[in-house]
Amino acid sequence: MVKELLILLIGSSLVSNVVLSQFLGLCPFLGVSRNTKTAAGMGVAVIFVITLASVVAGAIYTYILTPLDVTYLQTIVFILVIAALVQFVEMVLKKFIPSLYQALGVYLPLITTNCAVLGVALTNVQKQYGILTGTVNGFATAVGFTISIVVLAGIREKMEYNDIPESFKGMPIVLLTAGLMAIAFCGFSGLL
Amino acid sequence: MSEIKDRLVNGIVKENPTFVLALGMCPTLAVTTSAINGLGMGLSTMVVLALSNAIISALRKVIPDRVRIPAFIVVIASFVTIMQFMLQGFIPSLYAALGIYIPLIVVNCIILGRAESYASKNPVIPSLFDGIGMGLGFTVALTIIGAVRELLGAGEVFGYAVMPAGYEPIRIFIMAPGAFFVLAMLTAGQNKLKAVLGAKGKDVSKIGSGCSSEVDCANCAEASACAHKFIDTDAVPGESLEEGAKRREAEREGE
Repeated sequence: MVKELLILLIGSSLVSNVVLSQFLGLCPFLGVSRNTKTAAGMGVAVIFVITLASVVAGAIYTYILTPLDVTYLQTIVFILVIAALVQFVEMVLKKFIPSLYQALGVYLPLITTNCAVLGVALTNVQKQYGILTGTVNGFATAVGFTISIVVLAGIREKMEYNDIPESFKGMPIVLLTAGLMAIAFCGFSGLL
Repeated sequence: MSEIKDRLVNGIVKENPTFVLALGMCPTLAVTTSAINGLGMGLSTMVVLALSNAIISALRKVIPDRVRIPAFIVVIASFVTIMQFMLQGFIPSLYAALGIYIPLIVVNCIILGRAESYASKNPVIPSLFDGIGMGLGFTVALTIIGAVRELLGAGEVFGYAVMPAGYEPIRIFIMAPGAFFVLAMLTAGQNKLKAVLGAKGKDVSKIGSGCSSEVDCANCAEASACAHKFIDTDAVPGESLEEGAKRREAEREGE
């Protein structure tokens, strides 16, 4: 069991990286990667939300949707639960842990419609993961997101000083960088 | 009639969601490994977009502005679920190829974006055709990108070999990194076009307005388009969707 979970951890975070091989969560990946500090903040917020969403979505699927035989409602229920959960987390943090809210608050609303969150919840159901396995999968996926966004931000900080052709300034050069990172991440497929 | 034509031209050319606005990039990169997948994804999105636009527009005087996001999500997700079962039942090969990206149409920002910016303040018929126009624009873009990637990466278009027999396919273009490279070239082209048209004094504010600006999300003026609150606590209580949308539009113009 532990061995299987470890394999899942490596598989979901590095081998099939959520951004670089599945193209989920591209908006924050491109939009919040100008410096490593904010990128890390976004990464922590995503780990927090995806892990929590995996637990909640897994529990709802197992204890509510399956017994009632309404699993076809999964997409509707999951996206509503995720959107509500994000705002709930925001409110709770604001009230009880203001310091954490200061650090993560600005990123939370951006996560509501982040396709990675819904993507993980749906993948867990599709692959018939239980709540524990699903949560580990969610956590690993989010860690993979954090690794790639922090690495991209580090590269972008260095690129600030480079001479880039006029038309390639901004998004194009970031996308080329992401493409090269994707090639590098292909190398991880030899791990498993 | 002219209004319908106007909405279609707007969606396919003037405000093409992919080539001009640069919205909905996740599915654009993920499913364009071949022209047929791009076409299938584009048409599925179009159906959902047109129908959800029509329903949201029909309910624009009934939905309270405060809870518009959950209301939009329920309408959109319902159509996506129906679409998913239709594909599973009638075109299983496409269903298998698109996989998880079909339910993820729910979080495609083009759909939520059109609901917010068009369907919530316009009548049903123009909203329906706005959805069809935008959806066709998305379909055209995905099919072209898919065809280019398939041509370079496999030497085929729609599964027909078109390259000479001696052509060695550049496999990377149908793999994940190739998607980033193709999109990089596309956005570079957009930047160039923006510079050329801007020098001629044309209005280029729409080009790349989705999310290709130099600034960070935290400092972006358009951030409200990406950051959604489940319950909009800033909305005026008692306002309908239409009133709220018009108020926000007036506020934006006031700035």
